[in-house]
Amino acid sequence: MSVPIRRRRFAAIALASVVVLGAAAACGDDSDSGDSGSGDGPITLVVDVFGDQGFGYEELYKQYEAEHTNVKIQERGKGLGLGDYNTRLTQQITAGSGAGDVVALEEGTIVQFYAQADKFVNLADHGANDLKGNFLPWKWEQGTTPDGKVLGLGTDVGSMALCYRSDLFKAAGLPTDREQVGALWPTWDEFIATGQKFAAADKKHKFVDSATNFYNVVLMQVAGQGSGYTYYDKSNKMVIDQNPDVKTAYDLTTKMIAAGLSNNLQSFSNEWNAGFKNGTFATIACPAWMTGVIKGQAGDAAAGKWDIAKAPGAGGNWGGSFLGVPKSSKHQKEAAELAKFLTSAKGQIGAYKAVGNLPSNPQALTDPAVADSTNDYFSKAPVGKIFAAGATELKPVYLGPKNNAVRTAVENTLRAVEQGKSAGEQWQAALKNGAAAGK
Amino acid sequence: MSLDLHAAAPPEPGAPRSARHTRRRAASMTRLDLKYSPYLYVLPFFVIFAVFGVYPIAYTVWIALTDRSPLNPTISFVGMDNFVELITEDPQFWNAVVNTFGMFALSTVPQLLLALMLANALNRKLRAQTFFRMAIAMPIITSTAVVALIFSMLYAKDFGLVNWLLDSIGLDPIDWRANRFASWFAISTMVDWRWVGYNALIYLAAMQSISKDMYEAAALDGASRRRQFWSITVPQLRPTIIFTLIISTIGGLQLFTEPLLFTSGSGGLSGGSEGQFQTITMYLLDVMNQRFRWGYAGAVALVLFVLIALMSAINYLLARRISSDK
Repeated sequence: MSVPIRRRRFAAIALASVVVLGAAAACGDDSDSGDSGSGDGPITLVVDVFGDQGFGYEELYKQYEAEHTNVKIQERGKGLGLGDYNTRLTQQITAGSGAGDVVALEEGTIVQFYAQADKFVNLADHGANDLKGNFLPWKWEQGTTPDGKVLGLGTDVGSMALCYRSDLFKAAGLPTDREQVGALWPTWDEFIATGQKFAAADKKHKFVDSATNFYNVVLMQVAGQGSGYTYYDKSNKMVIDQNPDVKTAYDLTTKMIAAGLSNNLQSFSNEWNAGFKNGTFATIACPAWMTGVIKGQAGDAAAGKWDIAKAPGAGGNWGGSFLGVPKSSKHQKEAAELAKFLTSAKGQIGAYKAVGNLPSNPQALTDPAVADSTNDYFSKAPVGKIFAAGATELKPVYLGPKNNAVRTAVENTLRAVEQGKSAGEQWQAALKNGAAAGK
Repeated sequence: MSLDLHAAAPPEPGAPRSARHTRRRAASMTRLDLKYSPYLYVLPFFVIFAVFGVYPIAYTVWIALTDRSPLNPTISFVGMDNFVELITEDPQFWNAVVNTFGMFALSTVPQLLLALMLANALNRKLRAQTFFRMAIAMPIITSTAVVALIFSMLYAKDFGLVNWLLDSIGLDPIDWRANRFASWFAISTMVDWRWVGYNALIYLAAMQSISKDMYEAAALDGASRRRQFWSITVPQLRPTIIFTLIISTIGGLQLFTEPLLFTSGSGGLSGGSEGQFQTITMYLLDVMNQRFRWGYAGAVALVLFVLIALMSAINYLLARRISSDK
């Protein structure tokens, strides 16, 4: 091919300038967003949350925007599972960019961020210490690093109850009144015995949704009453093979599976969701946030069929979150104010009304809007009374930095038991894989 | 490209000085242009390759020699420790290697054989030839995630179509995720559904470039269709078969989306309750994103790289033998 020289030279210069411009544009990208807040125009605060139902903050955002006309709030992450959310957040925090201005930190993962506390704003610098009395003491403690930095302010706690299908109970000849149902199972062993009665009368439905859900609730409860930690002790040493609470919870779960009570559904899977819709199981262990999950998955068709009773054993906590502000935020002061607002008594009551997340604020817990609340979906059960009763007496359970990885490894062995493998061998596998995952 | 070097070069005698000077400068610009602009043209590729190819690879090598983790405030150099641990005391990694090779064999062999048969069939005179040729290419343009989601529903334990079919012909339903071989089979069907058409198209294109004379000569000598296929088509396709084998090896050893989405809900990276279908890439992400051992994950990535290189070499040698003995 032969091109006139002049044109060729022009092409070379054009190409060179494109390359240089491209590089310049790529470098210039970051600096633009930096000063968007320094002018008088409104600033945008990004809030990162997770879970199918989100955190129920929509109304609160509107209220906050009305009171602070210079602030616009944008939420991300509704519908995202905790695992994916946490992976992304870890990368963003480590990279020092990309995270929201306010980010949700879940109970099981916040410990992991203690090691990166320098990447978060110490909320004590924004007056958080004055708010200490607004949180249950153990919740406050969980949100604070061992050296006293305030990493996150508590949102909700996962106080436990047991959700059950009263229509299935009735068909199986069991009591349906929530007081009487709660009286059926003072302990988990009696819960399993009740399940066997149910199974004898009803061959079509299973008693419990899944082994893993059952196990997590039992473990958090047993550990709360016992050692106060699960797979890691409080100095972050792996103790899965020494902590008797883990073994107790594991054995109770395999006993439940052996009694044929589990519907063998993997939690949060499509099949689990279909199980709610098709009503294939009669009970599910119910931290406060689970009520929102049930309502979302079972839908209107099952309204009034579900009810809530006291959980077996002595109460416990599973889940619940915190709000923190990463140092990468361009508007740390405003973000801290927003986090304080969302975790205030008013904010927590708003979230409770929206999705049923139980407040971690003692004032909010005793507020009539929570304490006297009933849930129409759950046959008008006095959910405020049932959940709040446990929350104030809860003993916290310490979760180590790689808690989620170890938990997944142990849960997998329980699924293998559900699939017919030997419980004894799987317990050995749980010890081995759990220790490997937590390395 | 034929370059017209002399177009501007010889200055005419007697031209004014300044003009000559300008000309000379123009000439030197031209020389510079000729010398460097080809490099400039290929530069964008190499810049992008350096940023997205060379740098990550070099960084992976470096990180594999450290204990980097977002949970460690400091990074320390650990030498070959990660590799030693990976190779000598990590049964989960070797489980993932077995799964990956198992699923690779279970999917690639039928995939390439089917593709070859399909291409051979489509190479004959058919009614609606273009329609069929287009139709086999359709699965390639569907997203892997969608394929995986739909197949996971087909293979669901309680409400899946496959189990319903098994049930209707009187067989016991299978828990596709609990059994190692069943899960491999299910995942291989996903892979094959998607990639058979792609390989068939490549074979078809190669077949059409085989000279018709050879077939006519063979037919005159009394060779059957089958004989023609094995003695003419397959040897002629040798370079193409090597190409598809290498591509399938790279793809097969990096199998990820299908087994990941085969589990719905949490814990997908575990690949089944006992890691029945956890592949090497899934284990890699498990180590990186669940256990936060970034250095160790770097070591997994490098070992995977070596495995792929080895497998490609073996494939190449095997494929060369297909017709080299003739």
